[in-house]
Amino acid sequence: MSRPELVCPAGTPAALRTAVDAGADAVYCGFQNATNARNFPGLNFTPDEMAQGVAYAHDRGAKVLLAVNSFPTAGRFDLWRDAVDAGARLGVDAVIVADIGVAEYVAERHPDLRLHLSVQAAASSPEAIRYYVREFGVKRVVPPRILTVAEIRQIKSEIPCEIETFVFGNHGLMVEGRCCLTNYVTGLSTNMDGVCSPAAQVHYDKGPDGSVTTRLGDFTFDCFGPDEQAGYPTICKGRYTTPARDESYYAFEEPVSLNLAELLPQLIEAGVEAFKIEGRQRSRAYVRQVVSNFRAAIDQVLAGQEPHLDDLVALTEGQKQTVGAFGSKKWR
Amino acid sequence: MTEIAHGKPDATGAGPLRFLPPPPLFLLQPILARVARRVAGLHPSLFDRLGPHRTACFVIDPRGLPFVLLLVPDPENLVFRAEPRRREPQSDARIAGNFFDLLALVDGNSDGDALFFSRDLDITGNTEAVVCLRNALDDVEGSIAEDAAGLFGAPGRAILAALRRAGDRRGGS
Amino acid sequence: MTGTLTLGPILYHWDADTKCDFYARIADESPVDTVYLGEVICSKRTPFCERHLARVIDRLERGGKRVVLSSLSEVVIPRERNMMRDFCAIDSQEIELNNTSGLYHIDGRPHRLGPLMNVYNERTLGGLAARGATHATLPVELPRRVVGAMAAAARERGVGVEVQVFGRASLAVSARCYHARAHCRTKDNCQFVCEEDPDGMPLTTVTDQSFLVVNGIQTLSHSYLCLAAEIDEMRDMGVSHFRVLPQRADMVAVTRIFADRIAGRADGAETLARLEELNLPAPLSNGFWHGAEGHRHFGPRAA
Repeated sequence: MSRPELVCPAGTPAALRTAVDAGADAVYCGFQNATNARNFPGLNFTPDEMAQGVAYAHDRGAKVLLAVNSFPTAGRFDLWRDAVDAGARLGVDAVIVADIGVAEYVAERHPDLRLHLSVQAAASSPEAIRYYVREFGVKRVVPPRILTVAEIRQIKSEIPCEIETFVFGNHGLMVEGRCCLTNYVTGLSTNMDGVCSPAAQVHYDKGPDGSVTTRLGDFTFDCFGPDEQAGYPTICKGRYTTPARDESYYAFEEPVSLNLAELLPQLIEAGVEAFKIEGRQRSRAYVRQVVSNFRAAIDQVLAGQEPHLDDLVALTEGQKQTVGAFGSKKWR
Repeated sequence: MTEIAHGKPDATGAGPLRFLPPPPLFLLQPILARVARRVAGLHPSLFDRLGPHRTACFVIDPRGLPFVLLLVPDPENLVFRAEPRRREPQSDARIAGNFFDLLALVDGNSDGDALFFSRDLDITGNTEAVVCLRNALDDVEGSIAEDAAGLFGAPGRAILAALRRAGDRRGGS
Repeated sequence: MTGTLTLGPILYHWDADTKCDFYARIADESPVDTVYLGEVICSKRTPFCERHLARVIDRLERGGKRVVLSSLSEVVIPRERNMMRDFCAIDSQEIELNNTSGLYHIDGRPHRLGPLMNVYNERTLGGLAARGATHATLPVELPRRVVGAMAAAARERGVGVEVQVFGRASLAVSARCYHARAHCRTKDNCQFVCEEDPDGMPLTTVTDQSFLVVNGIQTLSHSYLCLAAEIDEMRDMGVSHFRVLPQRADMVAVTRIFADRIAGRADGAETLARLEELNLPAPLSNGFWHGAEGHRHFGPRAA
């Protein structure tokens, strides 16, 4: 059994150090612009901070993976090219890309830089993955969060590259990299601008009874009663009405987070080379708690023990967790 | 699908008043100003992360205390002071939560999103400014609460330790 | 005036008779030049294709239409993987790919790129053109600035460039079937409940705003995207093809209105007035084109 890598999120330099100290084998992060899919206010790294982050991680035997995983639009490619060039110059261990043009640029100009395929590329079959390996020399793929463990095992047996799966955090409902719900409502695009439900257009209106109504742009997509748990203010976690239902319901998914702790042994056995924790937008406290727990759990599985994790449910959306699509095809 | 529902922790608990009787506001103001200057002096990069939201006016409402806090994180014109509830100033954004939860946040010990999910943190107004402030504060290494307590030497640190213990007993983070 | 009018694939689950009748009318009465055929959304719905496809192709070709076959957009399970492999082996018809797994199979042979293929920039377009792409329908969310740059890049490489000008905007796809979910079923046991909603299943906000429609695994806009007023500008940029998507409306009338617009027989305002007379079941939108919220509609003067 090979030792899988634990890949952890860092939205800030402090979170990067926290993740490394908590046992991350690799940390992924991005620059402060639209070149990555978590282009949120106050988040991400300047080139100087990236250089320091790389030094900190490398001194402690950890890797830094640079996310350049949004989609440059025509006329704006330079920003993505500069991000890749800066990553190469600063010594990151890999770049994570989604766009075919960016992948080709890395392959041509930085042939020695490891190329990882982002979940945003939506490579959900062995053929799609083999395409990126054949054309651009991709070394590792992060498939969408919609596959069962059995399907991951099958894919792994048919691809000539490493596979990295999400094990904790946001539960992506839509095929990532194929969603423009945010743009329809806000005029800012997940693929082109790296934003999902931009905070500037999120509004919480508190009612006299303690309920909270969530709005994004011109649309209201949920109303939480005073005692109801909340989730991220995203369109895909909203409640709507439809003729087939008597009451408003979570048309896509309820607020819930992914937690695959119980599936770790199966995923390792399936040959997954790396486990990814979602949450570059989360705090150091989240990073410390989730990373240290998964570090211990992976080490326990490798030592032949039952993995034991603390209760992480307090950190989850809607205070609920699920194995989502990974458990069974019934999720679909 | 495995789903584990989680009950909301008891949010009442002992109020902070038991440990820190609120002094008259005029006594509080110079202390708050010193705290703000200290944190700003120790962590100048914080203001870069705030970007355009440096001049935003935040009201922080520690529920259960008789005052709210007004914060304008502008290095040119730093404002951090207490205001009586009946005269709450106009703000761009308002953050309300239990005192202990807010303390855990600036102590680097709690996750703002998690407090929001459990409805222990209420946000109104300019959400982007709040997210930005949260991200900027979270990049401050160590604990802002400790930096502030350090201003007052051993007694300051003792008070912080007592508050942390009280927060832990409450079942907070 | 130049510009080719195309009819995109039917995205919804219409029953076989409805589809056959629809294409018969298109063959006989519609001025569209090219028709895209095939099931793009759900691999469970494909039996129609197997049973009627040859007949429909023949009917359309006899009506003078060029027929292009569109692939599935989501390829995960073995059935879908096999379908994509077989689809890419077709050599009797031009094909349009909507999933990267098709790029693997096609391996440099000529093909078109569908709107779900994430072709956002000139490098991606160039790379794919070098690997056999002859034509690209751009993602629906691209603003005018980007479409202009893409059209220029496409012209340089001799690649056709197509923009959707009418019909609901595809906003997201998933592995989960939201039609089945609404009816408390799983995807494997959906009993084709999506057939009940030939123009999609409406999702309305809790404050009663019409917002989205669900079509199986796909989520679309409630509004009908409409770039009637923008067609002159697009043509000046070098956009060569204009795509109309089938909705539950009088599509012969819709395609005639757009054909007149493309031929220069009607201006933007007149075209919008004629579309209004059709009493479409949803408002029009063109926000994406203007770099704004996709649901918004800017009048011809703002364009």
